[in-house]
Amino acid sequence: MLAKIHITLKKDVLDPQGSVIANSLKSLGFDNVNDVRQGKFIELEINSQSKEEAEKQCNEMCEKLLANLVIEDYSVEIEN
Amino acid sequence: MKTHVIVFPGSNCDRDVAVAIQNIIGSSPEMVWHKDSTIKQSDLIVVPGGFSYGDYLRCGAMASTSPIMKSVIENANKGVPVMGICNGFQILIESGLLQGALIRNSSLSFICRDVIIKPTNKKTIFTNKSKISKMPIAHNEGNYFANSNQIKEIEDNDQIAFQYCDENGDINAHSNPNGSINNIAGVFNKSKNVLGMMPHPERAAESIHGCDDGRNIFESLLS
Repeated sequence: MLAKIHITLKKDVLDPQGSVIANSLKSLGFDNVNDVRQGKFIELEINSQSKEEAEKQCNEMCEKLLANLVIEDYSVEIEN
Repeated sequence: MKTHVIVFPGSNCDRDVAVAIQNIIGSSPEMVWHKDSTIKQSDLIVVPGGFSYGDYLRCGAMASTSPIMKSVIENANKGVPVMGICNGFQILIESGLLQGALIRNSSLSFICRDVIIKPTNKKTIFTNKSKISKMPIAHNEGNYFANSNQIKEIEDNDQIAFQYCDENGDINAHSNPNGSINNIAGVFNKSKNVLGMMPHPERAAESIHGCDDGRNIFESLLS
């Protein structure tokens, strides 16, 4: 199965990289960009009996290593 | 004193801190490779600075899963003094021994320069001889973050170790190099036997370094 994991900064954490990207987009003429938040995307292949089991394991991976829950949120999507 | 310095792939301040321990504490530290699994008896464990595992994923994240960290955590929970400097601070945070997070500097630049720090809590094994001190920082991710509840908790428990300040000891925005909340440069765990700090006392530990203010942290450990 294929797991797609998005890791994003929590709302109350400043994202200076996102701000700089937003400014650069504006300088390219994309004046309607209000805010940019940069995150991480992790794709992993996993052997599992069911989607539920794979999702449970990916949640555990995020909590133990892939995300830092002090500053980041995560979401997991499993594809066959 | 029996002392240990942990060495990860990418550590680069391990030898500097070993020299500081040797010269100031007078103990020849055992250098412990990260794949070793136990530290049996220790009076001080130092997790040094550097770029362990190339800062992959998040600074300190990979190193926090190294075999030796289980033993570091066990020792810390038994009350053994553990000190993390720079990347070592990041590793102690990622391993859960210290609260908060260290995120990208607000300027988005790697900062390598001297800063001035002030001990916030002087009643600990690491800071009882501490004073307003000058020492270098060299980091890209030293911006200390914790949410407002966590900050209140660490303030209420006197867990702030050091804050960036100016030459007069005033803690202000101008003396904050990296955007850290409340100018936090270092924190303790709840029982104050674990210290993490971004500035490098081992790089300001003898007159040949141009400044030896960093000695007071090692001297505190002797008393």
